Amino acid sequence: MELVCALAIGVLVAAGTWLLLRPRTFEVIIGLSLLSYAVNLLIFATGRLVIDRPAIIGANAASGSGLYADPVPQSLVLTAIVISFATTALLLVVLLVLRGLTGTDHVDGQEFDT
Amino acid sequence: MNFWLQHLLVLPIVIPLVAAAAMLLFAESRRVPRLLIALTACLGQITVASALLFFTTDSAPYIWREGIGTYSIGGWPAPFGIVLVVDRLSALMITLTAVLALPVLVYSTARWDRLSVHYHPLLQFLLMGLNGAFLTGDLFNLFVFFEILLAASYALLLHGGGTRRVKSALHFIVVNLTATFAFLIGVALIYSVVGTLNMAQIAAIWPSLRSGDRGIAEAGAAILGIAFLVKAACWPLNFWLPSAYTAAEPPVAAVFSITTKVGVYAILRFSSLLQEPLPLGGTWLFFGGVATMVFGIGGMLAARQLQRVVAFSVVLSSGTLLAAVGLGASALIAPTLLYMTVSVLASGAFFMLTGMTGRMRDAAPETAHSPSAHPVTYTAFQVGEPPDPQEPDAEVGIAIPAAMAFLGLAFVCCALLVTGMPPLAGFIAKLAVLSAAFQGLTSGTDALRPWLLIALTIVGGFAGLIALCRIGMRLFWSVTGRATPRLRIIEAGPVAFLILLCIVLTAAAGPMMTYVDSAARTLNDPETYIRAVLPRTQRASP
Repeated sequence: MELVCALAIGVLVAAGTWLLLRPRTFEVIIGLSLLSYAVNLLIFATGRLVIDRPAIIGANAASGSGLYADPVPQSLVLTAIVISFATTALLLVVLLVLRGLTGTDHVDGQEFDT
Repeated sequence: MNFWLQHLLVLPIVIPLVAAAAMLLFAESRRVPRLLIALTACLGQITVASALLFFTTDSAPYIWREGIGTYSIGGWPAPFGIVLVVDRLSALMITLTAVLALPVLVYSTARWDRLSVHYHPLLQFLLMGLNGAFLTGDLFNLFVFFEILLAASYALLLHGGGTRRVKSALHFIVVNLTATFAFLIGVALIYSVVGTLNMAQIAAIWPSLRSGDRGIAEAGAAILGIAFLVKAACWPLNFWLPSAYTAAEPPVAAVFSITTKVGVYAILRFSSLLQEPLPLGGTWLFFGGVATMVFGIGGMLAARQLQRVVAFSVVLSSGTLLAAVGLGASALIAPTLLYMTVSVLASGAFFMLTGMTGRMRDAAPETAHSPSAHPVTYTAFQVGEPPDPQEPDAEVGIAIPAAMAFLGLAFVCCALLVTGMPPLAGFIAKLAVLSAAFQGLTSGTDALRPWLLIALTIVGGFAGLIALCRIGMRLFWSVTGRATPRLRIIEAGPVAFLILLCIVLTAAAGPMMTYVDSAARTLNDPETYIRAVLPRTQRASP
């Protein structure tokens, strides 16, 4: 499970970074989305990857780490998802306005001859 | 401790939040109630900030022990709930924010706030993010306040529209979103081995980390430091800044002059708590700061437009701060804080001044844009016709006489403050930095770094002087194509207020130095911070 998770994060970061460095605004925004997925997975993994553990422990349950799923990273991921969702939406609007104002989808607002 | 005193700490966050929400209840066209709310909120923030500043000094030791106050949100005790912490550095930063916000607000009512919608609520949200970032004692909460501040600054940068603003805002948003991910990765790595997000507890656990965990935690701290350096405009990460600060409306750029200092604040705070400058020890930070200073100096000399010169002077001051912190000398912290205070106030005044001098050159101001620049806002919010930016001086208002004399005098004062030339406060701050660096020269073994800082500080001052002289001569002494602008008291007043404040700081440099000295003492002894925030039982590993 650790290997799958690590590979997923690595592939997402690699693809996201590649797209982030592309000259078209749409590619940049997809790259940012992929990066945000990778970061969310990473935050989730910091609570250790365990299955079938309760997040909320009863009063009489045995205590000790490893016996429960850490709820803190889950709440952090939730916050991070909401925030990156909102800022991506804002970026999408800016992207569309720039497209409307300059007539091109290049990140610098003008085409460069290669 | 009475009720108001107990909840004083949360007020710098609550006041702008409530004010911004209340303003949204009024339609955009109802300017008077909106303005009244904004003004009340800013005055309230100044009151609360000065109370916090007073209570953290030694003159009120009965309020908070050792000048550090804490507030547990929701009554949850420290490592479990989120705490707000005010120490002398936080109080200083909050006061600086409030003192800058009021003139910016008054200035922007001249016409800037009507160029597009929701200016005032956004400004209050920006203040909320700033105050929250300065107050919070929780790492993830710091992230949330950073995001509030950034979201508001994205919208404020776009305020007024126009191709240039949208283009620079796109770069600004993409760079800052990427920095946000770096921030989150850093937080996640630190949490995964330290097991807490409370900053005081992280500092308490940090020295006792096992060697295997230590590598991950330090990698996390380094990545976190990169995120802060993007905000603080450190050299390879700051190419977004000059174009964004030049494209922004002058009052927005003025308030942005403190948002770069949030990054510096975060670096100072973590360097103090972890007892090693972020990221990766002082060397990287120092040479990053030096590179930033060189970049700022070059940019100032190359820029041909006043607002761009001021933007590069913000870069230069950021570089000076980072290099001074990166030097790692405890004697340098206090002068650095003084320098930061003066540079924020001076560049704020200077940015607002550019809004007025921009009208001198020609009839159409630099911010002029075609009506098609409002493709979304004006139709969506049904505010009616946008004000015609081509005729900004036709507004009704009290015009002040001797406009050119005022502009010239204000320009000279701002230039002296920004470049750190005598006799104003900028010189005192720079002198304090230089003398502390000279002290490091005599006591330290590594002579190269203090010399580099000293040399670049002096060169930076002269380079700024050359750049500003050139622009000043073109603005004020060239006869052709100059029109005397009508100045209004609500535009000139705020600039005069900030300059007067700097002059007061010049005269009251002694008490100010005493205060930043005590702030630096608290920073150099993180144990007091940990002691104030955490109960004794929570110091050890969880």
